[in-house]
Formats: sequence, structure tokens, C-alpha cells
Amino acid sequence: MSQKILLDKINVPGIKTYEVYRREGGYTSVEKALKSMTPDDVVEEVKKSGLRGRGGAGFPAGMKWSFIDKKSGKPRHLVCNADESEPGTFKDRYLMEFIPHLLIEGMITSSFALGANRSYIYIRGEYMWVFKILERAIAEAKAAGWLGKNILGTGYDLELHVHCGAGAYICGEETALIESLEGKRGNPRIKPPFPAVSGLWANPTVVNNVETIAAVPWIVNNSGDDYAKIGIGRSTGTKLISASGNVKNPGVYEIELGLSVDEFMNSDEYLGGMSTNRPLKALVPGGSSVPILPADLIFKTANGEDRLMTYESLSDGGFATGSMLGSGGFIVYDDTACIVRNTWNFSRFYHHESCGQCTPCREGTGWLEKVLWRIENGLGREEDIDLLWSIQSKIEGNTICPLGDAASWPVAAAIRHFREEFEYHVRFPERIKNRDHFVAEPFEKVRHLVAKQTV
Amino acid sequence: MKVTIDGQEIEVAPGTTILQAARMIGGESVPPAMCYYSKLEKTGGKCRCCLVEVAKGSDADPRPMPKLMASCVTGCMDGMEVNSKNSERVREARQSVTEFLLINHPLDCPICDQAGECDLQDLSFEHGKSKTRFIEEKRTFEPEDIGPNIQLHMNRCILCQRCVAVADQLTDNRVHGVLDRGDHANISTCISKAIDNEFSGNMIDVCPVGALTDKTFRFKSRVWFNKPYNAHRDCDKCCGKTTVWMFGDEIQRVTGRKDVYHEVEEFICNECRFEHKDPADWVIEGPRKFDKDSVINQNNYTREMETVHIATEEGILKGREQDRKKISMTAIPLDQKEQEEFKNGNL
Amino acid sequence: MTETLMNRINELISHYPEDKKKSALLPVLHEVQDAHDNWLSIELMDKVADILGILPIEVYEVATFYTMFNLKPIGKYMFEFCQTSCCCLRGTEDLMDYTCEKLGVGIGETTPDGLFEVRGVECLGACGYAPMMQLGDFYKEHLTREKIDQLIADCRDNKIILHDK
Repeated sequence: MSQKILLDKINVPGIKTYEVYRREGGYTSVEKALKSMTPDDVVEEVKKSGLRGRGGAGFPAGMKWSFIDKKSGKPRHLVCNADESEPGTFKDRYLMEFIPHLLIEGMITSSFALGANRSYIYIRGEYMWVFKILERAIAEAKAAGWLGKNILGTGYDLELHVHCGAGAYICGEETALIESLEGKRGNPRIKPPFPAVSGLWANPTVVNNVETIAAVPWIVNNSGDDYAKIGIGRSTGTKLISASGNVKNPGVYEIELGLSVDEFMNSDEYLGGMSTNRPLKALVPGGSSVPILPADLIFKTANGEDRLMTYESLSDGGFATGSMLGSGGFIVYDDTACIVRNTWNFSRFYHHESCGQCTPCREGTGWLEKVLWRIENGLGREEDIDLLWSIQSKIEGNTICPLGDAASWPVAAAIRHFREEFEYHVRFPERIKNRDHFVAEPFEKVRHLVAKQTV
Repeated sequence: MKVTIDGQEIEVAPGTTILQAARMIGGESVPPAMCYYSKLEKTGGKCRCCLVEVAKGSDADPRPMPKLMASCVTGCMDGMEVNSKNSERVREARQSVTEFLLINHPLDCPICDQAGECDLQDLSFEHGKSKTRFIEEKRTFEPEDIGPNIQLHMNRCILCQRCVAVADQLTDNRVHGVLDRGDHANISTCISKAIDNEFSGNMIDVCPVGALTDKTFRFKSRVWFNKPYNAHRDCDKCCGKTTVWMFGDEIQRVTGRKDVYHEVEEFICNECRFEHKDPADWVIEGPRKFDKDSVINQNNYTREMETVHIATEEGILKGREQDRKKISMTAIPLDQKEQEEFKNGNL
Repeated sequence: MTETLMNRINELISHYPEDKKKSALLPVLHEVQDAHDNWLSIELMDKVADILGILPIEVYEVATFYTMFNLKPIGKYMFEFCQTSCCCLRGTEDLMDYTCEKLGVGIGETTPDGLFEVRGVECLGACGYAPMMQLGDFYKEHLTREKIDQLIADCRDNKIILHDK
């Protein structure tokens, strides 16, 4: 068994409630930080821990904290990003639903470190029942004296509230989230200025993912160095992985970074292999926007090394033969899955979620979806495959926010690794009429048809 | 601060954006801008037409910026080196953005009042291709009536949001905005409300395309058949300095005075714009000059015009000599049998 | 706008600084929508604008941006199936077809009695518990045909709680 930091107490009956959480040692990080540490001490511990942002980008959390503008004298804010919307990711919801006080404790300790007196948790609107759980937990924490004025008699004040979104993936982008928290459309802002200088209501703001903030209590209770001992290299600590798709045991797992993909995938402690006896076809290791990996690049990197669950190993080989850890949305495909259909589905998602502010994303995501829809429905043309490649390359890097990249990468990776499947769709429209076309006849059985054809 | 754009060095004040610096240099290095408007705050960054390559960040941090930057919202740094027209990457990106802007844009220039003074036409001329790769159906919107003076044609809109900035910054109680999202985002009042604020007409002038046009000028004339004059009148609401667009002795349209970047020098009020079409209301100052490539110069009245004969025109009407032979009836006579049948009407 | 609703709205507004009332817009719209047959009319949005001291267009802009706000009357029980890829791998599409057939409607349509509506929505963050749908404030997960049958029956019997108030 590997070490658990976030889900250590998840099976304690009643851990959802304040009493049990407190009895199990909850809120000690708040006591320790407020009574015996300075805010800078806390930031220093988080820096030492090597904790990286768990929302997807993997930016070192301590460094992000140290960028916050303290000189301007403006009020500062900590905003927790609980807008979890990346397809394949459902870990934050698990934390918030089953151990809500861990996030609240993390918010208090982290807000103290940043000198924030007004903090928010921005949760996606679809998680309405979790919103209510958090609202009640905040009320409990406040009643117990962990929030409000002069916390623990230390003179530190903190107002913490939970704010709900209303159905927009783009609000997971930190500046769009801030706009949404201000009661506006979720349009990402043009940076600079960065939120650390001008964020919520033009005040210095840090936005962190739920899982990032939930790791802070452990780091403060133990030490940054202890946290850094877990994991490998720059991938320190533990990570929640949301596993879905054709695996035996889908769900949320806490792993020590550095676990091999093979063990995570196949051991009974984790996913327990495939859900059926069908062979593994592909893996999206970090949420829908990261490149899909074909079977031969999942357990081994292109150099033949073991593929590990770390930021570095999953991206080994760059986009040519690697992918990314991203948000830890681990989506497994067996050979009945159609990569073209999957790519179309993801494109439809990004098309639906584009905010419409900048040209390449607004126009390009819709175009990608339309072309992919045609191919998947037997109306594709041979030149459409190169057209898709061209469109995605024109979106990538040219947009205001990373949604453009997120929409481009899955298309690029699917064509890079599964081009023959696209060709099959274009050349044999009759054979892909049924949406379950690969269930009865997996692509491996018909691959020779594409190989023979010359165009 | 010293900035170099396409090898041309210029001294700028801190806070100057790359686009502003490029405009100070002028010429071909000036990036095209479809959403940025120097007279309106918080515009820019959206259309991505003005992307440039920052080859050197600054003297202090000489690393190049990995992504192309929107020059209208990127501040200059001392020692920064920028490539605009000199960069192949930039050229490609502008072509891409142009293609994206055009895939859903109607090809209705022949009936669009903006034609001839349209920024998207200029952009397409410079960076567009004559062929489209988009075979899908174009996106369309339901028409919306926004009042007696302004015509909204949403299908043509490129969502620059300048008109929203006009309503926010020049008028009280904005009634229109951007509704919906993604590629269905649209400019609307949501409730078909008339936009009747005294400065709302400026939305027409700032619109880079034909999405917002002057209803009082609708279908009256192509802009290049008008003669634009600078004119002014005493107005208690605005500066009263306008361009009047004349056809003979008739004022067909009144607009703000647009500079070389198609931005108005000063905003004008709706009364000047819509209610003073009598030449007697205006003091005509003289012809309004346009940049030399503008189609509006086609009707240039400051020099004598020569009649242009286009040789191919005749050819189009009559066909080439060799083709005329091929298709003429007499060159391919009917044979005896056919003639009989033809006479009997049985052909 | 009942007194209970106004109290809740005022509580939500109190979560933000006094001069930043607009920030409460999204939570307030949720509350107003829940209290009014799950949709927002122009009159309601204008009322919200009035309460928050902002322009009506600011409310329209926001309400049309976010997919959870309904601007037209909808079925009382809205079955919102997650139709993003991870769920499709576990049979969502078949289940949606089954539900539509059972209710005699197409996707996006309301049953003539106004009771049911089936919709496909994008990732709801329950990929590991697929197939799943959102019904009111709650998720219904690990769905099967039998569970759909039961849900429909429960809705008809008025046994389903839509909102946690």
C-alpha cells in the first residue's frame, strides 16, 4: 500500500461531519500555522514540498504563491478552483463530497499564507449538492471558530464562501473563473496582467485547484521536505487519479507519483485490468485535452523505459510519443472503441465549450467538429484528414487561453497515432454506418483493408 | 525605451503597445487590427489578426516569446525585437485567422453597404485565399430589428465587441451586448429593443465589417460612388466634425472622420449623423482624403478621370473569334435530314 | 419573489463586498430559476438586475452564456445525460435511445404532459460512474435500463426531490 495523504481518513465513518473530522486530527494545520508560523513560513514549506498545481498545468504551487503582489496593499484573495470539468476528471468532487473539511482546512491555512482575508471556493453549478455540502461545512467550521474574525485569538480574519458556476467548462481557466466569480460571462482575460497582480475585483489573487489546496494541511502538519520525499524527481507527493472507461475498477485513486502505469492499470489494488477480456487499445492519461497514447506507448516509453505516473515520464517523448499527466483523468479504451468517434466526441465538447471570444477557437473548434462528424458518419473525403491536421495546427498557440490548445491536441494525437482508422472511415463508409462499428469487428481485423488501398 | 519592429528602430514611452509602436513607424509593418480600437478602452486581443513574433523579449530578458503575441495588447519592453511582416510564422498565422474569419462570413459583398470600406475585405485581399476549404453550411442568425437608424446584420459580425465598448463607454444604460457563447455568440439586445441612445450611431463607424450599417443610407449607393467631404456644424452634443458623403448635391450619409487605420478622429452624435442630410446644414471644408489604395479613390474628383477601355470586356460580350465560329449556327449546318425534321418541328 | 427566496438572495449577496453585488449573479439566478419552474423569463431576469443594481443586458449576457440557465419553459423532470466520451464508452448512447423511446420523445423534446425532457449534455464529472445523468440538483449514476424504468416511475409518483433547499 502506498502512502495516502488526502484519502487517508476517507473511510472513517462520519468523516464528512465536523466532529469526526476534528476528532481525527482535522484543523491542526490551522492551529499550527496561525499560532506558530508566519505566512512566509507556510509559503516556504509549500515551496520545499515541490507541490505542483493539480488542476492540469502542474505549475509549482509555492512559486505561484510567491508571485502574489503584497506591495500594492490591496486586499488579496485565494480562490479555489472546483470547476472540475475536464472530461475524464472527477477527483475534486470526490474530495469535496466525502471529506469537505479537508478543503476548508486547506483554504484557511493557505489563505493565511497568502494574507487573504476573503476567499472563495468556485464550484461548478452541476455539483449543486456538493455546493450545499460545502456551504454547511463552512457554517460548521465558522461555528467552531475556524472562520470569521480573530481566528483562534491570533488576530487573523477570514471570510470563506462557496460560489457556484452554471455550466461552462471554460470557467476552469483561472481568469475566466475570476470573471465568472465577478458575475460576468466566463471569458478568459488577456494576460498580462496576471491574477497575482490583478485578479478578483482587480485585487491580487491566487487560484488553486481543490487537490492542491487539500494537500497543504499535510505539508504544514508534517513538512515540505517530508512531502518531497514521496514521489520521483520533480513529481513529488501523491496525486488523485480519476479512472474511467473500459477498466474493471473505475473510480478515484490516490497514488504516489512514480507508480508505474502498468501497475496502476493492472494490479488489483488499483484498476484491476480491463473490464472485459478485450485488449487495451488506447489511453488518455490526463483528461480529454492531453494526447491519446496507442497501446504500444502506454506501458513503455519510446526508449523502452517503464512509463511511470509522473509529470515527466508521461510526457516523455514529447507529443510525438508521449502525453501529459494533466489533471489525472485516466481514460482507458479497449478495442471496441472507435478513435474517430472519440475524437469527434471530444471536438464536440470543445466546440460546445468555446467561449467565442477569439477567432481561432470560436471558428476553428466548430470546423473541427463538423469535419470529424462527417468522417465518423461516412461522409469524409480523403483530404479531410489533412484538413483536420491543418485546422488544429492553426488554432494551437494562437488563442487567448489554453482551450484552443486543448481542442487541438486530441485531434492531432488521434491523427498521429491512428491515421489508418481515419482512412478506414473515409474509404469504407458502408462499414462504419453503425455507431458500434468496432464492437463486432475491431479495427485490428480490418486494418489490412486500409493498408492495401492505394489512393 | 527602444523597440525594433521588422528591423526598424523606434523610441517609445513606457506603456506603449507593440501595435502602437508599429503605427508610429507606419508602413507595411503595421499589423492589421479588427477588434482593437485606440479610442475605446479594453478593446483588442480578441480577433488575433495582429499577432506578431517577439524574437527578443527585452534587453533584461532576451529570450524570445514562445507564442505569437497579440500586438495590440502586448506592451513594449526596452530592447524588444519584433517581427511583423518579416516573419513567415506571422504571415501564416494571419492567413489562418483570415480563413477562420471567412468560413462563416457570408460572401455578400456585392450587396453589403460596407463593401469598399470593409476591414475584412482588406484583410482578405492581403491574407486571404481565393479558394475555400470549408464545405459545411455557413452559420446564420435570426434577423433582429434594433431600431430605425442602425441595421444589424449578425451573419456578418466577427464579434470584435467594439460596438459593446461604444455602448459601455459613450452611452448610459447599454441595451445590447454579447449573448450566447462559442460560435453562436451574437450581438443582440435579447428583447429586440431599439438602441436609441444619442451616441449609438458610433457603433456603425467602429464596426469593422457590415454587421452594423446606417439604415438611412441602406442600399442608397456604393461608397465609392459617393464624394466624401469634411464638413462641420455647430452641435451642442458633439464636436460636429464629420465626413459627409455626397452624390451630386445630395448628402447620402454622414460619418465620423476616419483616419488611415479606419478609426474615427472624434465620435459624433446621432443628430449630426442621421438628421442633417441637407447640405445647407453643413459648412463644407473640402474633400476628405483616403489612403492611396482605397477603392473610395475610384471616384476621385481632385484630378481628371480618363475613360478606361478594357480589352477583355468586348471579348466577354461577343466571345473570341475562334469560339464564335465553333458555336455559330451557320458553321455547323444541319444536314438534309435534320433540316427536314427541323421544318416539321420534330428536332 | 417570495420572502423565503428574497431572504436566500440577500444571504447570497452578503457573501460579497457591498460594492460587488454583481458577483452574486450566478448563485442568485440559480435560486430564482429553481423557484420558478426551472426557467428564467425576461421579467425574472429584469427583476434580478433590479435587485443587484445592474443593467438587464448584463443579466441576459450571463444567462445565455451558461448552459444551466433555461430561458424557455422545460419539462419538469429533465433527464440530462452526460454524453461525453468517457460515458459513451459505458453505453450512454444506447441508454439515451432507450429512454427516448420509452418516453416517446426525441432528444431535446418535452413529453406532451410537460413532465419529462431528455437532453444530452457535456461532461458532468462522473466519468467513473457512467452511464449517468443529472436530475435536478442530483446525479443518478451507474444507470441501467431497469434504473431508468424505476426513475421514470418515481417521477410519475412524485417521489423525486429535485432541489435540496
